[in-house]
Amino acid sequence: MTAHTSSITMTRRGPGVGSRIVASFLYALGLPFLLLVIWAIAATRSTNRFFPDPLTIFKAFVDTWIGPAFVEDVLPSLYRLGLGILASIVVGVAVGTVIGLVRWLRELLEPLLEFFRAIPPPVLIPVVMLLVGITDTMKVVVIVSGAVWPILLNTIEGVRATDSVMTETANSFQLTWWERLRFLVLPAASPRIMAGVRQGLSVALILMVISEMFASSSGLGYRIAYFQRNYLIAEMWSGVLLLGLVGVFLAVAFGLVERRVLRWYHGLREVSRA
Amino acid sequence: MGVNLPLPSTRRLRGARKALLGVVGLAGFLVVWQLIPTLGLINSQYLPYVTDVAVRLSEETSDLAFWRRLGSTLAAWGIGLAVATLAAVVLGTVIGLVPFLRRATHTMVEFLRPIPSVALIPLAVLMFGIQRQAALVIIIYASFWQVFVQVIYGVADIDAVARDTARSFGLTRRERLSHLVMPTALPYVMTGLRLAAAVALILAITAEMVIGNPGLGRMIELSRSAGDSVGLYAFVVVTGLLGLLVNIVFRFIERRSLSWHQSVRGEEVL
Repeated sequence: MTAHTSSITMTRRGPGVGSRIVASFLYALGLPFLLLVIWAIAATRSTNRFFPDPLTIFKAFVDTWIGPAFVEDVLPSLYRLGLGILASIVVGVAVGTVIGLVRWLRELLEPLLEFFRAIPPPVLIPVVMLLVGITDTMKVVVIVSGAVWPILLNTIEGVRATDSVMTETANSFQLTWWERLRFLVLPAASPRIMAGVRQGLSVALILMVISEMFASSSGLGYRIAYFQRNYLIAEMWSGVLLLGLVGVFLAVAFGLVERRVLRWYHGLREVSRA
Repeated sequence: MGVNLPLPSTRRLRGARKALLGVVGLAGFLVVWQLIPTLGLINSQYLPYVTDVAVRLSEETSDLAFWRRLGSTLAAWGIGLAVATLAAVVLGTVIGLVPFLRRATHTMVEFLRPIPSVALIPLAVLMFGIQRQAALVIIIYASFWQVFVQVIYGVADIDAVARDTARSFGLTRRERLSHLVMPTALPYVMTGLRLAAAVALILAITAEMVIGNPGLGRMIELSRSAGDSVGLYAFVVVTGLLGLLVNIVFRFIERRSLSWHQSVRGEEVL
């Protein structure tokens, strides 16, 4: 593929840099714009009230979310999400490193962990509600109880697959326990850990929404369910849009962090591929 | 896996040790679970005895209604997964093969993919009410992206030399698809299918919990609102076993269908 596309850009170098920028701009925004226009036209023609036109949704978005609702609903949701993700990473990496390093512990716990990972995470919401009660803590615990498994299992895998030559080198250089963790085990496991964190992020977002739909009187998930029950269609769409934006933001933020943490790793792969 | 291979006999010994430890771990977990309410650490109303849950499980599995609910969960899961996979393979192949389409759809895909599918639940309920179709919207949306992204990667992975060879031998479009594109993309599709199967199950059960269409998820929600904690734990265990089964089966399928393929691919997307 790469050879093919590069040959195209070569032939198009004639028109100059400016037109190339315009072209990539059109590529990036052409289809979304086209779809929005089609949607708008379809919405004005049809009588289906479940699909309001984009301008109405945009207006509802501004009216609904920019103002007190941002402080009352959006910020607490994001706070719980952030707290849950952070706790999942800390617990997952810490416990995963221990389990990954101790062989008998790993063999002891492996079937159990496989089972816990296989439980569909939203199912844990009623269980956590029983054990913790309906509080803010419960929502954070729900997020952790679902998002921790991919991180934990990937950390175990990553720690386990540490290069044996490097382990022996560390042995013969008599690295202390801490040095070994800091300079050998964690860096070696970091690509897998980041893959686990990425899976954990999407689980965490799902659980944030569902737990608020279930048992809450504030938060993004609660608001959207409320709008739907009261047939506030445009407001509901604006909530879906906001959740989408949160998802995109999480993905972008993760991409930045990952690039920073795994810079050495991507560099290594480039070299080995070339 | 750069470990030096142990001799067959020690390997078998290790396998036996591993299986034994696994069973011990499982038994230990069940004992701890039983001890917590027995010692009164947590009220048995909130964490019921393991024995009660086991009794309930055996009662449920001898009840035809249980299997009917399991069937409707699995039906939603299967239909959703099949539709999503088919759509993703077709669209992914077309978009992946045409550079113009790939560039034009890039922003759209990058925006739509991270939208959590559960955000669409209210919309699905408005459109279809409390029916299976509403659940299917969520299931298909979530599992579509798993396969689609992998297909795009897979099609982009075609070896340049192989492609040029195919072209200079004058292979027709159909031949190129079946001899060049398919074998290259198949490992990716299988990875995507395995991930999508797990995601589809999660959303099938989530949809039943939130929307209320019949199935295992609805039973969990009903047990919760009825304060039937034994039933709740029993159904949670069932969903866990179901998830485990799906994981094992699809891992097996992936390995079987790719026995010719050497790659060990990391799972980078959920």
